[in-house]
Amino acid sequence: MRMITAVVKPHKFDDVKDALVAAGVSGMTVTEVRGFGRQGGHSETYRGTEYKLDFIPKVKVEIVVDDSSVDTLMDVIAAAAKTDKIGDGKIWVSEISDILRIRTGERGPDSI
Amino acid sequence: MDSGDIAWVLVSAALVLFMTPGLALFYGGMDQSRNVLNMLMMNFYCLLIVPIVWVVLGFSLAQGSNSFIGNFDYFMLKDIGITGDDAGGTIATVAFLGMFAAITPALISGAVADRMKFSAWAIFVPLWVLLVFVPVFKWVYGGWLGVRGSLDFAGGTAIHVNAGIAALAAVLILGKRKGWPSEARPPHSMPLVMIGTGILWFGWFGFNAGSALAANGQAAQAFMNTFLAAAAAGLVWVLVEWIRDGHPTNLGAASGIVAGLVAVTPAAGYVSGGAPILIGAVAGAICCYAVRIKFKAGYDDALDVVGVHFVGGLVGSLMIGLLADPEFFDGAFDKGLFYGGGATLLLEQAIANGAAIAWSLVVTSLILLALKKTMGIRVGEEVEDTGLDFALHAETAYH
Repeated sequence: MRMITAVVKPHKFDDVKDALVAAGVSGMTVTEVRGFGRQGGHSETYRGTEYKLDFIPKVKVEIVVDDSSVDTLMDVIAAAAKTDKIGDGKIWVSEISDILRIRTGERGPDSI
Repeated sequence: MDSGDIAWVLVSAALVLFMTPGLALFYGGMDQSRNVLNMLMMNFYCLLIVPIVWVVLGFSLAQGSNSFIGNFDYFMLKDIGITGDDAGGTIATVAFLGMFAAITPALISGAVADRMKFSAWAIFVPLWVLLVFVPVFKWVYGGWLGVRGSLDFAGGTAIHVNAGIAALAAVLILGKRKGWPSEARPPHSMPLVMIGTGILWFGWFGFNAGSALAANGQAAQAFMNTFLAAAAAGLVWVLVEWIRDGHPTNLGAASGIVAGLVAVTPAAGYVSGGAPILIGAVAGAICCYAVRIKFKAGYDDALDVVGVHFVGGLVGSLMIGLLADPEFFDGAFDKGLFYGGGATLLLEQAIANGAAIAWSLVVTSLILLALKKTMGIRVGEEVEDTGLDFALHAETAYH
């Protein structure tokens, strides 16, 4: 089992969600986050004074999937989140050692 | 007072009352999300304490034949009736002016944002109203400055210059906020700022047109001037920043509107035709640059009370010296320089503002220094970091 974590632009989140659902993903955890990468922060100007804001709003999507579908789903997310502009985000994958469905007590891949 | 006049003064009084919540939102939106409730409370507190102070003593001290300060004749509204020829006109006027007394100290709250102890603010406001607002108001209206010939229709000198320079004194004594100016503090809610601006503009029609204290032609012209100056100032501020900084901003429009309203306040009943557009345009351009002086001079006027109210009020008040037109109003006041009156009125305007500035600067400083020595005026560093809303009021604006 792997967890795919994707940090995407907020306005691309709906596209990412729809693409994942279309690809058969049955659940996800979504968090509004702030951060910066190569894009850096951005500047806003109020009363002629420029303020540098280091952290930019992003949406973090987390899904736990079978090993076999990881590559496909990474491509699905990347295709949906891409704008070809700096700040499109990142996708990373991590190992998940165990998982439990609280209602039934099922363990392992069956509870995804 | 006849029934038409009383009706208009009462409506205007209610309009001016509405300006203080408007100001609270205007400032509150510009403030940080962890301090917005403290800002609202500082403003609403003025509506709690000042009406009492005004009726008990303030109004009485602002009346009378003495050139500098009134007396105790009207203590607790003593001997002010509602029958006979007066027909309630005096009571309506006391209420109307009480609304002005309430919003004047509220203007200062924007400067001291994010760091002043509420307990100190609670003591400061009534003291400031009695020791600074009332004397300057008395000098301008029926006192030595007014008798000399200076003009202040609805409170450019008595309210905006007075509160604006007091704000400067307050931030100099209070000190800079932690992290200012390097730490970014953009407005936490621009929609609140815009709602507050709309309420202020709406209420300002009562502030200026109501200051005729009659439902007459001067009130109608003051209404039109209030309309035009705000529009012109907002337009010019937005144009300046669009050309200078690259974007037309909501905060620029809001700031320009308020600067124009401030500037036309002293002039509203003395100018006509294109003059309010000129006053607004000049105030919009000058204030748009004046709000940046604090960074060079190093005083932390958090929400630009000095740059908008002091500078805007001074610009409008001095421009009366150029644009006053007694013939249009059939009024007994001096002509401005552009209408062939020479520099006499301009000089009187300068003297009046100079006197108001000196008194306000000195007495505001004395009040705050006394509070600083005794109870302290600034919150602790930890409270400043975590926010005043929860620490001082046990409330949080957003959950």
